[in-house]
Amino acid sequence: MAPTDISNPKYFHKVVDCQWACPTHTPVPEYIRLIAQGRYAAAYMLNWESNVFPGILGRVCDRPCEPACRRGRVEEKPVAICRLKRVAADYKGEIDAFMPEIPAQKNGRRIALIGAGPASLTVARDLLPLGYSCVLFDKDPKAGGLMRTNIPSFRLPATVLDEEVERILGFGVEARFGQKIKSLATLLKDGYDAVFIGTGAPKGKDLDIPGRREAAANIHIGIDWLTSVAFEHVHTVGRRVVVIGGGNTAMDCCRTALRLGGMDVKVTVRSPRRVMKASAWEIEDAEREGVPILDNHAPKAFLVEKGRLKGVRFQKMREVGIDTSGRPRLEPSGEEVVLECDDVLMAIGQENAFPWIERSIGLEFDERSMPKVDRATMMSTRPGVFFGGDAAWGPENIIWAVAHGHQAAISIDRFCCGEEVQARPAPHSSLASQKMGIHEWSYKNDYSAVQRVAVPHADKAQALRNLKVEVELGYDDQLAAREAARCLNCDVQTVFTAPLCIECDACMDICPVDCINFTANDDEAALRQKLRVPARNKAQSLYISDPLKTGRIMAKDEDMCLHCGLCAERCPTSAWDMKKFMYVEAQSAAACLTHHNAYLR
Amino acid sequence: MSYIAKPSAHHPALPKNALGLTRRDYEGTMSTLCAGCGHDSITAAIIEACFEMDLPAHRIAKVSGIGCSSKAPTYFLSRSHGFNSVHGRMPSITTGANLANRDLVYIGVSGDGDTASIGLGQFCHAVRRRLNMTYIVMNNGCYGLTKGQFSATNDKSSPSKKGEANPFEAIDLCQMAIQLGAGFVARSFSGDKAQLIPLIKAAISYKGFAFLDVISPCVTFNNHPTSTKSYDYVRAHNMASENQLDYVEHKEEITVDYAEGSSASIEMHDGSLLLLHKLDQQHDPRNADAALMTIRTNAAKGSVATGLLYISQDQQDMHDVLATVEQPLNAASMADLCPGSKALEAINARLR
Ligand SMILES: Cc1cc2nc3c(=O)[nH]c(=O)nc-3n(C[C@H](O)[C@H](O)[C@H](O)COP(=O)(O)OP(=O)(O)OC[C@H]3O[C@@H](n4cnc5c(N)ncnc54)[C@H](O)[C@@H]3O)c2cc1C
Ligand SMILES: Cc1ncc(C[n+]2csc(CCOP(=O)(O)OP(=O)(O)O)c2C)c(N)n1
Ligand code: SF4
Ligand code: SF4
Ligand code: SF4
Ligand SMILES: [Mg+2]
Repeated sequence: MAPTDISNPKYFHKVVDCQWACPTHTPVPEYIRLIAQGRYAAAYMLNWESNVFPGILGRVCDRPCEPACRRGRVEEKPVAICRLKRVAADYKGEIDAFMPEIPAQKNGRRIALIGAGPASLTVARDLLPLGYSCVLFDKDPKAGGLMRTNIPSFRLPATVLDEEVERILGFGVEARFGQKIKSLATLLKDGYDAVFIGTGAPKGKDLDIPGRREAAANIHIGIDWLTSVAFEHVHTVGRRVVVIGGGNTAMDCCRTALRLGGMDVKVTVRSPRRVMKASAWEIEDAEREGVPILDNHAPKAFLVEKGRLKGVRFQKMREVGIDTSGRPRLEPSGEEVVLECDDVLMAIGQENAFPWIERSIGLEFDERSMPKVDRATMMSTRPGVFFGGDAAWGPENIIWAVAHGHQAAISIDRFCCGEEVQARPAPHSSLASQKMGIHEWSYKNDYSAVQRVAVPHADKAQALRNLKVEVELGYDDQLAAREAARCLNCDVQTVFTAPLCIECDACMDICPVDCINFTANDDEAALRQKLRVPARNKAQSLYISDPLKTGRIMAKDEDMCLHCGLCAERCPTSAWDMKKFMYVEAQSAAACLTHHNAYLR
Repeated sequence: MSYIAKPSAHHPALPKNALGLTRRDYEGTMSTLCAGCGHDSITAAIIEACFEMDLPAHRIAKVSGIGCSSKAPTYFLSRSHGFNSVHGRMPSITTGANLANRDLVYIGVSGDGDTASIGLGQFCHAVRRRLNMTYIVMNNGCYGLTKGQFSATNDKSSPSKKGEANPFEAIDLCQMAIQLGAGFVARSFSGDKAQLIPLIKAAISYKGFAFLDVISPCVTFNNHPTSTKSYDYVRAHNMASENQLDYVEHKEEITVDYAEGSSASIEMHDGSLLLLHKLDQQHDPRNADAALMTIRTNAAKGSVATGLLYISQDQQDMHDVLATVEQPLNAASMADLCPGSKALEAINARLR
């Protein structure tokens, strides 16, 4: 293999598994260290600059960082990255002084943002510090999008949502709430310099099976029903409730139903449980509250008696092998089940719908009626019209909506300045030694064997009585410090200088996870095979040195490295050093990156 | 010295041996030796050898004297028996232990100071008595622990770090061991685990006195470019390829074919096999005279002959020589150990 080019920021960025997996590349280990030091405001600001909604995301983020977390490879459970983010938000104190300045003198450009969900709000946050005027439309009376209308308050209290949404509105957004956009062509006539469409995927899917129309009064589309609950149009539900669907919406529906008077609430899923779409932790929460999950149940008909819903008939399914995409293939088992109920909540997916976008304005749609959007720039085929969030490529989650928002803001700024939109600004990065003394580092390299710390919960009976009682109480500072110590500091990189190495084996011998090897060079496949512990995880890189004196090379498998620094401590010649790698994704407004940039060296 | 403990976490795919243990289970506490010390590499080789041989830690006794090298047993096999004795006295402690319990595996660890200076007499008698043990000298040509004075194994041509000449000839412990009747004599280098680990395994399998002289650079006091015990010098002058050996455990299959006539196999006491290859007239380790000649001719050229230098296929160990009972004495009953005054009288009468 050729020696690794560590001057390419991609190499070390990838070693920071969580940051690499985060759509907005939040510097996770850096903020976890700040939390460990009790510097909550600084931890919050690093998050806010990256992901805009730390208090919200610290509670409800889909957290792609956690399955990626190295700790989950070394032991069973990843670091509770998401819940630590919440700690930063809960204890941050006063942060107004750290907010970017919004110029009183505007730059004369007006941007229309349609839909006040996280995607549009991010665009506004990124553009307002540059002097743009942002006009934000939403059909609903308040901003927040699905975060307000669909994510229940027992997971995300309104106060937390309001604080972070209002901070952006307070930057000087011109709000046009309660105003549904019915024609893009008409809006475009108003002379905006650019338009961002962040209208989400607002249409809940329906089930066309017998009885649907007759029992309509008691069959509800999950996301519409949740919205009605959020806006307090709906206060109760029947005693017996059947939820159809196995995603996160189904979990929110069943838990909400429990709080509105549902006594016997069941979730039914067509597929086997192990391939359910919902996140493991959401399933766990629903089950903890006593909701049974019945898998392999395919709905066949709604049963109606005297014009009223009486129950649902299901065909039980049976697994017959695996299809080409690796999903289980199902066929009817012949057995039928009837579940009696008073209400049905349907949570079988969401769709995009753009009836208000004319097909004659140069904005192309594909065969699935989705707008054609450029993956990097977020621009549609009509220059100056951008998409982001669920509106761009279908339902995702908040953190992706934010990531899209950042990219769209960069594009809008470039577009308005007459610059090439395709040319993207490069990320910033730096690498700095953390050595403080012979065996002293500026980070805590002592491995903590503590297992993942559980988040305390509110009393269950009390939580189930009140829709607004937040179930998770969050870590206190002590628990947070315990959990923070589990972070392996993956951003503190092992950096090797081949000419210094005397090949004494000390680093190889000390490495607790057998990462380091001195071996003859070979091609990647062969090398991976012949390491002290074969490097089977191909998603992780091998770090290859220049040839050493004996002609061998140093080959390090990054997969399990604990970043404990012992290799650097045991090396007599400092051929290894522990260097902190800072990676900062570019944004449109430098004013939104002041904390990040302060950590760059 | 590192202040943190070695993390308990290990690679989830770390191989396990027949006892269900990983090599991490054979470790000791964190080394306090200088970073880069050859002794730590030998420690790692001992850990690997014991792991691969499926040795249960509680059946091993580690015994040492005084010195950086003699500290090393703390850094391996933390679940084994251990005795860190007085300077140069490792052999007598091991002799006593071995007499009392012949069933343990004895790993003696010593330094060149500990063995070739203060402990030289002790060493000679342990060899002469054919103690069933593995005697490892971590040989750095100096007294590391007391700040690097020349030891008796430092070559005359090898000056100190500050350039002071060494006035005396070196003692070659391998030649001595052969002459004193050791059944297994090998030399190796801490920086060559591929050679060292099979040698340690073979030495542990060997019934009788097995001696391993391992050149082990002292990075702090004796690793300068003019030292003949430095990493660079040994790498440049190591004659390892002249004589190679494979250690094959009885559970393994022999998978390599060696050319007729140039190889031989020796069955060890525990059923494992030593495959010797690249044998030639100049050096056949079954021949003590040839072994001595190999060592001496290489030394005359400034090179170091490493590998298995000598092996006797019919050594009797101390217990064979003394015809002691099979049962370890520490397991014998009080009545058997102390048969009473009548028995003593009978013995005395026999000698009158
Ligand atoms: C029940 C449920 C639970 C969820 N839980 C989570 C979770 O825990 N974590 C997570 O990360 N994600 C979750 N999601 C997904 C997440 O809420 C969305 O991915 C995210 O909100 C998308 O953001 P967005 O900005 O694209 O649009 P949205 O949040 O969907 O906002 C779009 C806004 O546009 C408005 N709008 C639409 N059309 C028009 C129009 N024509 N004129 C004016 N306004 C219009 C809507 O009223 C809405 O306010 C959940 C989704 C659902 C349905
Ligand atoms: C009876 C006695 N004399 C002298 C000493 C001082 N002393 C301690 S270690 C040592 C030499 C150790 O050299 P070596 O055995 O080569 O070990 P190394 O540190 O080089 O590994 C000496 C002379 C002592 N501890 N006890
Ligand atoms: S920091 Fe060094 S010693 Fe620690 S796990 Fe990583 S490679 Fe091994
Ligand atoms: S400890 Fe340092 S000098 Fe020794 S092998 Fe490792 S990198 Fe090379
Ligand atoms: S002084 Fe020399 S022998 Fe002792 S620990 Fe340091 S390097 Fe090793
Ligand atoms: Mg010594």
